[in-house]
Amino acid sequence: MELTINRQVVEKYQTPSEQLKPVFTVNHLNLWYGQDHALKDLKFDIPEKQVTAIIGPSGCGKSTFIKTLNRMVEMVQGVRISGEIKYREKNIFDPKYRVEELRTLVGMVFQKPNPFPKSIYENIAYGPRIHGIKNKKVLDQVVEKSLRGAAIWDEVKDRLNENAYGLSGGQQQRLCIARCLAIEPDVILMDEPTSALDPVSTLKVEELIQELKKEYSIVIVTHNMQQAARISDCTAFFLNGEVIEYTNTSKLFSHPSDKRTEDYITGRFG
Amino acid sequence: MSKDPINDKSIRSMIQEKKYARSQSAVMEKLAPKIFLICAVISIFTTLGIIFTLLTETFTFFNRVSIVEFLTNTRWFPFTSDKNADYGILALVMGTLTITAIAMVVAIPVGLAAAIYLSEYASAKTRKFIKPILEVLAGVPTIVYGFFALTFVTPLLDKIIPGGISTFNALSPGIVVGIMIIPMIASLSEDAMNAVPNSMREAALALGATRFEVAVTVVLPAALSGVIASFVLGISRAIGETMIVTIAGGSRPTTDINVTESIQTMTAYIVQVSQGDTGYGTTIYYSIYAVGMTLFLFTLMMNLLAQFISRKFREEY
Repeated sequence: MELTINRQVVEKYQTPSEQLKPVFTVNHLNLWYGQDHALKDLKFDIPEKQVTAIIGPSGCGKSTFIKTLNRMVEMVQGVRISGEIKYREKNIFDPKYRVEELRTLVGMVFQKPNPFPKSIYENIAYGPRIHGIKNKKVLDQVVEKSLRGAAIWDEVKDRLNENAYGLSGGQQQRLCIARCLAIEPDVILMDEPTSALDPVSTLKVEELIQELKKEYSIVIVTHNMQQAARISDCTAFFLNGEVIEYTNTSKLFSHPSDKRTEDYITGRFG
Repeated sequence: MSKDPINDKSIRSMIQEKKYARSQSAVMEKLAPKIFLICAVISIFTTLGIIFTLLTETFTFFNRVSIVEFLTNTRWFPFTSDKNADYGILALVMGTLTITAIAMVVAIPVGLAAAIYLSEYASAKTRKFIKPILEVLAGVPTIVYGFFALTFVTPLLDKIIPGGISTFNALSPGIVVGIMIIPMIASLSEDAMNAVPNSMREAALALGATRFEVAVTVVLPAALSGVIASFVLGISRAIGETMIVTIAGGSRPTTDINVTESIQTMTAYIVQVSQGDTGYGTTIYYSIYAVGMTLFLFTLMMNLLAQFISRKFREEY
């Protein structure tokens, strides 16, 4: 039973836009938390300079998957991984590939805004600083550019030295996005970035994502299907650690080819 | 209504029968807070009593020795005729500060490093194993540390240091006081660092920071108030430490800073006088209250400083 399902899935594994260069190539990826088989033989490509949404019910492995892309999942004790993920032709699990290097290229925005308890300026300058950029003028430029890039510059330009925790939740999240931009990553992973925000802040972040995709490849996990439909170019539907369907967002939401996808997006479960 | 399975009584009727017992407990209920209040008041009054005694005896002392001499004279030499006696607290304060400084040089780096290891690197299992050991170390009686200083550390230093070291010196008890304080700093700093939310570590790691960078640039600053408070409490402990310095520090009050020579701390002086045959009412007798008062002011200042720091430097998150 299990095998037949997998075969069906494999047949549907096609990068939605074949002509696009992949930024990640996932190949036979398996992940276990102890005995719990959380990701099952995943195999698909994530295209460059697109917004790829990952949807699915709670516990389907979507957060686990996105954290695997920058190897943050290895923080959890008892994790085992097999298979490979290629980031621009390099296997990210290669022992010779420094995880810190991967993470400067693959940035991440978390579910809850998590600024450092430092000033707004220091939050943005943190990333460049730990990678050896100390020149004050350069840092000033990076801070302004990143804050502009995250569409929050006008709101904070007069209070750069105030503590980041004085900002509202939505501002904090855009600050976290700016912090991520400051090290000029290639890919930005977003793990339910708006689930802790109010609708107005959510809208701002969504607009920002549309801007960012011009320069960055974005992978976003969301449990909000409307959000996936609004902002993504392609969508993967996860269920119980498997990819059930992965295709163009418009196609997935208008003509889902799998019954389970249809049940989920029409709200019959999840 | 549910019936009691043994004697067929309902719970409700049993509760009714207990009414008498309840009226008794009502008396207890009224008395209890008063008893607790009395206990609390006793400790407050004892403290006030101690401060009062300290103050009155200190005043008597300052009637005989001017406060200016007490604060400015650099010699402390009371065991002679009253005319020739010197009562310059600086000599004792220097002894105390020397010991404290040496202790903190030992305790702060080691304690902080241990805290960083426990909070940022050790697995939950290792932490569970090491923390109780630290707490046992904190429970070793100070007299044991004193003998450790005198019979082990001093001979060892005598071999290491070119030119040797006096039997009684500042260095050996200073180091041992530091060793005694390590578990306290490690444990309190670890608590503070452990309280920093994981989301902040994740944020830094996701930017490509190494674990060491996370510890030093994110966790430590966020836990700074707790960490500094642990230092200040450590200093306070070193200032008040008595047994180790009495046994291994000697009894030669001096303002010279030479850690290989004998010194005397404020606490050690009080021990010396209390053990000796100094008569009641003599100037020497009153001097221990003045020294005690000075000591009290030092530790009080340190505790207030600790409170101030933990409020002032709290990084809000």
